[in-house]
Amino acid sequence: MTSGPRNPVYLDHAATTPMLPAAVQAMYEQLIRVGNPSSLHAAGRESRRVVEQAREDIAAAVGARPSEVIFTSGGTESDNLAVKGLFWSRRDADLRRRRIIASAIEHHAVLDSLEWLRKHEDAEVTYLPVDSLGRVHPAALRAAIAEAPEDVALVSVMWANNEVGTVQPIRELAAVAHEHGIPFHTDAVQAVGVLPVDFTASGVDALTLTGHKLGGPMGAGALLLGRDIACTPVLHGGGQERDVRSGTLDAPAIAGLAAAVAHSARDRVERAERLAALRDTLVHGVVQRVSGAVLNGDPGEKLIDGGPSRLPGNAHLSFSGCEGDALLMLLDARGVECSTGSACSAGVSQPSHVLLAMGASVDRARGSLRFALGHPSTEADVDHLLNVIAPVVERARRAGMAGARRESASAREHPTGADWTQADGVPGREPGFGREHTAGADRSEAGGPAQ
Amino acid sequence: MSGGVDSAVAAARALDAGHDVTGVHLALSPAPASLRHGARGCCTLEDARDARRAADVLGIPFYVWDFHERFAEDVVDDFVAEYAAGRTPNPCLRCNEKIKFAAVLDRAVALGFDAVVTGHHARLSGGVLRRSVDPAKDQSYVLAVLTCEQLAGAVFPLGGSTKDDVRREAAARGLGVADKPDSHDVCFIADGDTRGFLTRRLGERPGDLVDAESGAVVGRHGGAFGFTVGQRRGLRIDHPAGDGTPRYVLSISPATSTVTVGPAALLDVTAVYAGPPVWTCGEPMLPFAGTAQLRAHGAVSDAVARLADGRLVVELGQAQRGIAAGQAVVLYDDDRVVGSATIESAR
Repeated sequence: MTSGPRNPVYLDHAATTPMLPAAVQAMYEQLIRVGNPSSLHAAGRESRRVVEQAREDIAAAVGARPSEVIFTSGGTESDNLAVKGLFWSRRDADLRRRRIIASAIEHHAVLDSLEWLRKHEDAEVTYLPVDSLGRVHPAALRAAIAEAPEDVALVSVMWANNEVGTVQPIRELAAVAHEHGIPFHTDAVQAVGVLPVDFTASGVDALTLTGHKLGGPMGAGALLLGRDIACTPVLHGGGQERDVRSGTLDAPAIAGLAAAVAHSARDRVERAERLAALRDTLVHGVVQRVSGAVLNGDPGEKLIDGGPSRLPGNAHLSFSGCEGDALLMLLDARGVECSTGSACSAGVSQPSHVLLAMGASVDRARGSLRFALGHPSTEADVDHLLNVIAPVVERARRAGMAGARRESASAREHPTGADWTQADGVPGREPGFGREHTAGADRSEAGGPAQ
Repeated sequence: MSGGVDSAVAAARALDAGHDVTGVHLALSPAPASLRHGARGCCTLEDARDARRAADVLGIPFYVWDFHERFAEDVVDDFVAEYAAGRTPNPCLRCNEKIKFAAVLDRAVALGFDAVVTGHHARLSGGVLRRSVDPAKDQSYVLAVLTCEQLAGAVFPLGGSTKDDVRREAAARGLGVADKPDSHDVCFIADGDTRGFLTRRLGERPGDLVDAESGAVVGRHGGAFGFTVGQRRGLRIDHPAGDGTPRYVLSISPATSTVTVGPAALLDVTAVYAGPPVWTCGEPMLPFAGTAQLRAHGAVSDAVARLADGRLVVELGQAQRGIAAGQAVVLYDDDRVVGSATIESAR
């Protein structure tokens, strides 16, 4: 068997990426202190000082004003707040506004919020199509709005897709929405830290970001919300965060989040270039070694809003004749950790709604993997993947054939009479799955929700 | 790994034996419920979590394999079709035959694994399948359908232990599922209402309950598929039999939606006619004299089996009651499984 390295090669940075030392330090300093940022005494004031400093640092890093930063528990909460909050406030101001326009490739935090509004709040949803690269065209948005501009509550289009990495023309899309005075939300969870995200310059009214995709802690994020944008709260309580998001502010997590956002903004250009070069090596290497492997999404050769047209660290590939989860398992056993890219329940991967929206067949959607590079990624990581990918795909293809075969046990190349009590007695052991057990064996996610 | 105690301990023992073990939980429902209710099923997200936790405790990789489409086709649809045809299927047996030791084993072998280990209570060594040492938990009946080739890719580490031993071992190993209740009934019928499930799938097909002796119509029913030969309860017969003895389902005729009922004595059968047999490790000397079991956890009878036109005919030493077409007749030589076949008729 091909032995994996001692430490697994982690290529799932779009799911989550290691915390930056600066973020760990900032968080630790707050974890060991007492003080509720809402308290009036010295300890409270000190904690509040940390939160407000963090707010300013984040605002500066993403081109927003401090008052536009609403701290939340992360991407899902920010998306829920933006979609539901904007819908409610816009509808309450004018009851005709019951329609939400969103791209068909949004993350489930947006999609499921939309579906909930449809079911429980009588909302209508217009899904914008994407092209074969996964891009939303401003003309499509313009057409969708034109159906009935007065009934649109909001538009939501993600900045960059978490699965296939395609970057959307957000400035143009926001401008189209604004022609009719419609607020525009964007889920920029994958974009902040790698793309030139400038809240004010982009023209968007609400922007979702989260900490753990850019070197901050899990469970900390923000919704950037324009000062003049009304948003009905989802969480009610102490009235923190402009009365839009109640709840005791998580000062340690916020400090960690701010450190990560500031740090990743500072070295963004250099890191994005390095990751894009690494990604190209990965993609070209895989396509060279594996026949029938194709890249999904935008190739990343163009510029959009001053940044690349594809997420620099994203390599999303389809492998004909394979099942993505078989590839994932085989790679996991060889110390390569990646994702099928699509959301899952109970670890069962569904064919990606993103690829299906791009016009891919169910088989192509099922036979896909996402390799996501991040700040610690190295050439050695990519080399290791390239060393193992061809035999892995070959084996997964055979397994795919086995899965397709209805007849059982007809042509099984299998030993007989294996005595289970003796491992060494198992004959016919070929270089197949056999896991080179790595330290830290509790990595048990099969697919993992992607974004 | 279903999330139950047996498969968790089976995995642990395979690991102890020095194998390179990966935990696999089968997703068999397209929309699993969040929480488990009662002792039914093994397909909720809670069960998947229990399986995952057991794998964590053992320190083995764990994945969920999605076989819900194959399961729906090979097990659930088959279950419904069998009832619709007036037979009484055993879905666990079908699942072993078509899913666990076919689709799953094929995929596993293709991925480079050597065998599928399960927590079934049966002994398997050198291709010989035998009953578990725990007669109350023995599952050799639902494994007897496996071919020699399928068994070559199967490992059953629990056959030499009683269920109590397995639970004690699970507790000693720190497995949280040590005292999880045993699962019963059909795993894909969450509420346990088989007749309701079949009615939803097949629709109402009303018909008569006919007395075998008098030929009189003694009741009506919503669908012949809701009955099993040998069934006494739930017949809702309007008036008792002349002699006051209870009546049982004797036969089911789906074509006319007629269910024939009669006294227990008419249920007794001494010969079983079944389909082509699966011989566990090669065809025995025929006629074969041994024992036969005609349903899961059913009584065992002395039996002599022979082939007639490639089909299995079994003469029973002791009359058996309530033998339903669709169930398996499993032949044993002492505690060793010799073969099995699907019952077509009995008399």
